Amino acid sequence: MSMPFYVSPEQLMKDRADYARKGISRGRSVVVLQYDGGVLFATENPSRALHKVSEIYDRIAFAAVGKYNEFENLRVAGVRYADLRGYSYDRVDVTARGLANAYAQTLGTVFTTESKPLEVELVVVEVGNDPAGDQIYRLSYDGSVADEHGWVVMGGQAERLASVLGDGWQPGMSLRDALALAVRVLGTPTEEAAQQRVLEPTGLEVAVLDRTRARRAFRRLTGVVLEGLVSGAVGTERGPRHDDEPDAGGGETSTP
Amino acid sequence: MSRTDANPSGRLPDAFTARFFAPGTASFVDFLASYAPDLLPGNRPVPAASAATELAAPRATTIVALVHDGGIVMAGDRRATMGSMIASRSIEKVFPADDYSAVGIAGTAGLAVELVRLFQLELEHYEKIEGSLLSLDGKANRLATIIRGQLGLALQGLAVVPLFGGYDLDKGAGRIFSYDVTGGRYEEHEHHAVGSGSVFARGSLKKRWRPGLDEAGAVAVAVEALMDAADDDSATGGPDAERAIYPVVATVGATGYRRVPDDDLAAATAAVLAARRAARGGDRR
Repeated sequence: MSMPFYVSPEQLMKDRADYARKGISRGRSVVVLQYDGGVLFATENPSRALHKVSEIYDRIAFAAVGKYNEFENLRVAGVRYADLRGYSYDRVDVTARGLANAYAQTLGTVFTTESKPLEVELVVVEVGNDPAGDQIYRLSYDGSVADEHGWVVMGGQAERLASVLGDGWQPGMSLRDALALAVRVLGTPTEEAAQQRVLEPTGLEVAVLDRTRARRAFRRLTGVVLEGLVSGAVGTERGPRHDDEPDAGGGETSTP
Repeated sequence: MSRTDANPSGRLPDAFTARFFAPGTASFVDFLASYAPDLLPGNRPVPAASAATELAAPRATTIVALVHDGGIVMAGDRRATMGSMIASRSIEKVFPADDYSAVGIAGTAGLAVELVRLFQLELEHYEKIEGSLLSLDGKANRLATIIRGQLGLALQGLAVVPLFGGYDLDKGAGRIFSYDVTGGRYEEHEHHAVGSGSVFARGSLKKRWRPGLDEAGAVAVAVEALMDAADDDSATGGPDAERAIYPVVATVGATGYRRVPDDDLAAATAAVLAARRAARGGDRR
């Protein structure tokens, strides 16, 4: 009769953490940073349809790195959670803190009880009425939550990029400056000596939570608006939500 | 996963339960039906109504909608009645369903407002999960499904009859849909009205609507139709200049949903009254 090998709990957890970290570090990085009018999300993503940054609720957005099918599941669960909560109580009662807690529970449970941890890292952001009211939560594969201030980098070479972003970021940046910084951070080469990569707007996925918008603060920056901001040619602080879709409703949108 | 993990208050004390990860649907109504069915208005048990007692619940009344060259206009008066009493003189019955559509409601006010909330959420939920807007026909069909779920309540005398309209981005035109209590969905051409004053409003729309109306002209026609309905139907409220309570008038076009400001409605109302005074040549009665 064969005896199962004894694996110490420390070793088991370490193996799982290494496995999850390896999966996460394969993906491209996502940067999240505050600017004067809200919070900016940027990542390298050539796909127009498979998003890493998404709207969850009126003032809440979600960004993720890692395995697409896993974080997409978490995103859908988050939208369902937020919509259910808003329907049962009121729209203002949906908070990023509650959502981050639900994600943390799920990630933690999967990490300890399932055979394979989720290879994802998430950021949940709620934009407030002023920069002091913004909340940024970073969630790891093991369910740990960190309350971040100002900026976050996740994914591939998070540590390396974080030093660049940390040096460049300051409170009260304009959207244009924040985006320029984000693009510079994303283009930082993997090796010390290598050249800075130049990123084309078409290969970027950029979105903002714009605190000045009436109800739904989330808006993707695509097409002409994004090109204008990246090249610094046009000032479009209040451009349309989608490049092909006018900013309809505005403050008129109401819920009975 | 048992039903007990579905806390009716919507609070999830521990984490997402398995239902949150169920693959497939982009519909909030379907999710609610599987997770917390008692939150769906049509799924709540209603005690059998006795013929002798009429439920004292406010009822919302007249909604009109018409197509014009750049989209649609939808308007609703501000009155809710409870028997012969006016329950509210400032209720709102026309809402944005999403950026490109509007929904107006007649019937039991409490249920109607809940249905609109559910319908708005249904469209937003789809948009967030799928990353794209539903087609206008898709939206109209979702509303039909929601109304169909209410049939039990309708049979108890708590009917809700919506009027739905929006701008079809594919066809580049405004379209209107009417419903019956069984969830029947009918596309209306030119114009339509629902609610207690709809008979009179339809008569007015028939005479005043014409092809080639622009948005301002359509707003004027809608305001006049509601004034005609208020003239002959006690459950429809006319414009109240004294308290500055005007109908809720919404336009939906290529640029999206817009609520017409009260100042414009005051002007439109005054114009209708002035025209009628002039037509009578000062002969007052």
